[in-house]
Amino acid sequence: MFAFTVRRILQAIVVMLVISFIGFAIKHNFGDPVRELVGERVTPEERAQIRERLGLNDPFLVQYSRFLVDALHGDLGRSFFFKRPVTEVILSKAPATLELVFCASLIVILLSVPAGIHAAIYPRRLLSRFIMGSSIVGVSIPVFLTAIMLIYIFSVELGWLPSFGRGETVLLFGFWESGLLTKDGLLHLIMPSVALSSIMLPLFIRLVRSEMMEVLESEYVKFAWAKGLQPRRVWYVHAFKNTLLPVITVGGVQLGIMVAFTILTETVFQWQGMGSMFIESVSRADTALMVSYIVVVGAIFVVVNTMVDLIYGLVNPTVRVAGRQ
Amino acid sequence: MRTRWQRIKDSAFLYHFLRDPVAYVSFAILMVLTISAFAAPLIAPHNPYDPTTIDIMDAELPPAWTDEGSRTFVLGTDEMGRDMLSTMLYGMRISIIIGLGAVFLQAFLGIVIGLLSGYIRRLDNILMRIADVQLSFSTYMIAIFIGAIFQTAFGVANYEKIAAPLLILIIGLAEWPQYARTVRASVLAERKKEYVEAARVIGLSKLRIMGRHILPNTLSPVLVISTVQVANAIMSEAALSFLGLGMPLTKPSLGSLITAGFEYIFSGSWWITILPGILLVLLILVINLLGDWVRDYLNPKLYKG
Repeated sequence: MFAFTVRRILQAIVVMLVISFIGFAIKHNFGDPVRELVGERVTPEERAQIRERLGLNDPFLVQYSRFLVDALHGDLGRSFFFKRPVTEVILSKAPATLELVFCASLIVILLSVPAGIHAAIYPRRLLSRFIMGSSIVGVSIPVFLTAIMLIYIFSVELGWLPSFGRGETVLLFGFWESGLLTKDGLLHLIMPSVALSSIMLPLFIRLVRSEMMEVLESEYVKFAWAKGLQPRRVWYVHAFKNTLLPVITVGGVQLGIMVAFTILTETVFQWQGMGSMFIESVSRADTALMVSYIVVVGAIFVVVNTMVDLIYGLVNPTVRVAGRQ
Repeated sequence: MRTRWQRIKDSAFLYHFLRDPVAYVSFAILMVLTISAFAAPLIAPHNPYDPTTIDIMDAELPPAWTDEGSRTFVLGTDEMGRDMLSTMLYGMRISIIIGLGAVFLQAFLGIVIGLLSGYIRRLDNILMRIADVQLSFSTYMIAIFIGAIFQTAFGVANYEKIAAPLLILIIGLAEWPQYARTVRASVLAERKKEYVEAARVIGLSKLRIMGRHILPNTLSPVLVISTVQVANAIMSEAALSFLGLGMPLTKPSLGSLITAGFEYIFSGSWWITILPGILLVLLILVINLLGDWVRDYLNPKLYKG
């Protein structure tokens, strides 16, 4: 286990280095730190002076190592548009995205587990067929289209729900702007989180169902039936417990992938989170902000995946051996 | 002697195909959609690329079956006065071309990398690590990142000029690991078999063994994932276009049509965005259903639900 952990962490570090290298290469080639610092109205001579002082004429690798050291100290540069350090900008936008992902995962978990179990236990029932049928339709609808249709039905036609923004927010602990505590904020949350969860829901239902069906075929479940246990006990205590492990590990990775879909959902609903910030930074050519979003989200992914792998290795020893060859 | 036509007629494939209504209905719909998309210049009532035929006074007309609808524009017009039906047909053609192109590119990259990593052990570790890492990020995210980087690199105006080949490149680069993994898995199974052994004993070169002997035997799983990958690629293209990283409005794909119409939904002009949306969903849905059927048919063991 120790060797596995070390190898997995080393791999994570290498991946982070690669991501930061790509990020730096973009910044180095397309970004203009002088513009980020002083704006456009500076004479070429002053510009050259600033370039020299900032060390922008140093060799590439020297600059890259400086970028790495700064990044480790939490300094990823300044945003040209916001006139603030990018880490500050990203931290101020993060709560909105995290709350959205949290609510969406809540919906996914609460709906997919019962639906998946039902479809696995009674595969021939009408409701199960309906669940599986709608899940393949669900996979085929792009997330932004779901969002647009929700807006059209519930905001434009019915006028029940607000169509954009986060509504009223409350400041928690001095930095966390939460929309979870006000009625207005919660109303604004409903459609974005439903839209975001719609993309993961079909995948999770299929996952829970197929794992559950596999477990129901296994020897120990047959033995439990043979002992004459109550059906409920066999399903929920014996079988369900063992479907949880793959669901949690695959689910962990999938929930990380939701971060990618927040880019789309947030753009539709003008949700002031990291995703819409990223798209805006691309269209404003705010290179520093764009690169740091890539680095930060890359880091989130690497950490989540490493943790999931380690947990999986802890529970399932064959993974640890297979990697070694 | 049986003719080829008879062989096809008697095959198990056709037998199963014709007995599964989901399969043949989705195949029929897909055929109708594809043919009408590629025949767009012939069958579309208007030409959305020709600015002289467009009249801004026709903008935002609702579909013909509503009260204010006009006979000339069956599905209404968009915000520039282009006929929705024609624009959608042309848009679907672009979506399908980009989807197919991207799948060809990812299949090419994936097959080459999969063969190399399955047959040459020294390369295996590094290539599969790269694929693992890329798969652990979502393909959407990679596509969005690459798109953003390209747009920064080329500038918005240049990006729009070469958007179609760029999108093929972006989606191809983002999704090759699926293929590489599939090909590698079957190469690992094939390389132990005797015919490969024999080819090696004769003294054939590695390149020839990989290309002429192993490759043909790894193609059926590649076909299986290709159908679903086309749907995925079309969806990625729509998502990129929606974010402004895709096709420009002058040459819209289905995704950019949806984006363009989105603003007008608040003034009640639902058809500009909902109609291309429905077409996109229909297209992806039939490809997915067909893909599921092909997978189940070619590999009953894989069938899980």
